[in-house]
Amino acid sequence: MTALRIADAVRRGDRLATDVLEEHLARIETLEGEIHAFNHVTREEAHAAAEAVDTAVSEGRDPGPLAGVPVALKDNLCTRRVPTTCSSRILGHWRPPYDASVVERLAAAGAVVVGKTNMDEFAMGSSTENSAFGPTRNPLATDRVPGGSSGGSAAAVAADFSALSFGSDTGGSIRQPAALCGVVGVKPTFGRVSRYGLIAFASSLDQVGPFAVDVADAAVSTEVISGPDARDTTSIPVPVPDLVGQLDRGVDGLRVGLVTELMGEGVEPEVAARTREAADALAAAGALVDEVSVPATVYGLSAYYLIAPAEASSNLARFDGVRFGLREERPTMGETYDATRTAGFGPEVKRRIMLGTYALSAGYYDAYYGKAQRVRTMIIRDFEAAYEQHDVLLSPSSPCVAFPIGDKTADPWTMYRNDVCTVPSSLAGHPAISVPFGSGDHGLPVGVQVMAPALEEETMFRVAAALERAAPEGTA
Amino acid sequence: MSEPPSSTPRITAEDVAKVASLARLTLSDDELSEFTGQLQSILDHARDVEALDVGDMPPTAHPYPLVNVTRPDEVASCLDRGEVLAEAPAASQGMFRVPPVLGDAP
Repeated sequence: MTALRIADAVRRGDRLATDVLEEHLARIETLEGEIHAFNHVTREEAHAAAEAVDTAVSEGRDPGPLAGVPVALKDNLCTRRVPTTCSSRILGHWRPPYDASVVERLAAAGAVVVGKTNMDEFAMGSSTENSAFGPTRNPLATDRVPGGSSGGSAAAVAADFSALSFGSDTGGSIRQPAALCGVVGVKPTFGRVSRYGLIAFASSLDQVGPFAVDVADAAVSTEVISGPDARDTTSIPVPVPDLVGQLDRGVDGLRVGLVTELMGEGVEPEVAARTREAADALAAAGALVDEVSVPATVYGLSAYYLIAPAEASSNLARFDGVRFGLREERPTMGETYDATRTAGFGPEVKRRIMLGTYALSAGYYDAYYGKAQRVRTMIIRDFEAAYEQHDVLLSPSSPCVAFPIGDKTADPWTMYRNDVCTVPSSLAGHPAISVPFGSGDHGLPVGVQVMAPALEEETMFRVAAALERAAPEGTA
Repeated sequence: MSEPPSSTPRITAEDVAKVASLARLTLSDDELSEFTGQLQSILDHARDVEALDVGDMPPTAHPYPLVNVTRPDEVASCLDRGEVLAEAPAASQGMFRVPPVLGDAP
């Protein structure tokens, strides 16, 4: 059942939030052993939240637009007194002393948090295999990955453990798992959603967004978490857009560009075929569709894998065994730092910290980090040129369908390639959404990505809704 | 203006050991050798960026530049000290407790 239907039934008093919660907890009980979507199921806290919703309804108060909707949160969103691990040993059993702004907004909207979801450690990965607590399995094919890094959140919605879930997207960590699990995933404009209480990976890229079973649920949940926040200095001071109001407007006359560079080498033929069919479907619905070149996007992956690790190496310096989480105590502070970080971080996190430290170090800064920042400007300018003639751009969300667990872990760059379609709009800070559109190899879902200029989520959702209506039979 | 890609030296095990020590990570010999190969392979992929002539393109550090963001200068509640320290690895007298920073252990 969709989040909007649940909220509608609960607000009208037709259903109890506690009953809705029990149904979802029962499904978790049955299937979670196989899927491993969660690091932690918050059964007791969920019961208390659901009862509060039911009490509000019985007293004639409106609990909000997500009344009684079970939601799951990626385990890098801080939840007060509830363990928040980033799927890393270094945070130990740390329980944050505060809620992330997104968590506060969800609670104020009547949502019921059912648990904290598994992820690639510190959001570094594209398969959720880099979790210190073991991989998450794709509910549609349990020998395959759910994508990543927000794989647990994508799996939670695909398995109906929760009606909505929330993740973070730095280079594709919402859109790619959404595509692989056959659900909708949104990366809002950088600055649209507060990051207060989101544990930082790469601060010029990180953004929080929802997973949902359909575009309407994605729209309402994006509205709920959006808006300025004085506690995040990167929060853009603009009002929350009306996204739900866009869904039935159609795409008549909208200009849609299929990005040539994101349809080429490395994209599975079936994935490219579905993306072309999606473009055709929009044309049939009245959009003006053509193919467009955004040349600098071919450098996206290289630039991203210098910039994101550089920022991560700085952000992750705070994990030193002093204030929270793990401490491997040694006779001196210096030895304690070394022992704690060596024991606490997994191999991919160490790899990126070292890569970033190197890219920022004296003698290499100009060649690597400095150069990548200039390439970032090139990508932004090429997007600006494309958006002079187009309202939105289209591409696959992921170059491939869900792949078998263990298939891409031998070589880091093989895994990084999964982000090729998603990193360009991340570097530009633009919004993008992944919408399921038919299936590819092995009958597994394909996600099509709709990209838009900064703060143009309204147009992006218009197109996403049209794609959903036009999706072929059997779309997940 | 950009140097040819071949001019950037390959990353050596010595470089990786230096970087690890800067990042406060201890690597075994096996890890040092594995990470060196992997980091070189990643940097090889970055050669397209390294080789690119970006002319006078300015750098982008942040996609949506906001400057001088301030909040009203008003007293507000802050985190509860007891709650914060209760989650610390070690605390005493209302402070984080750490091993000696300077000199030898007592």
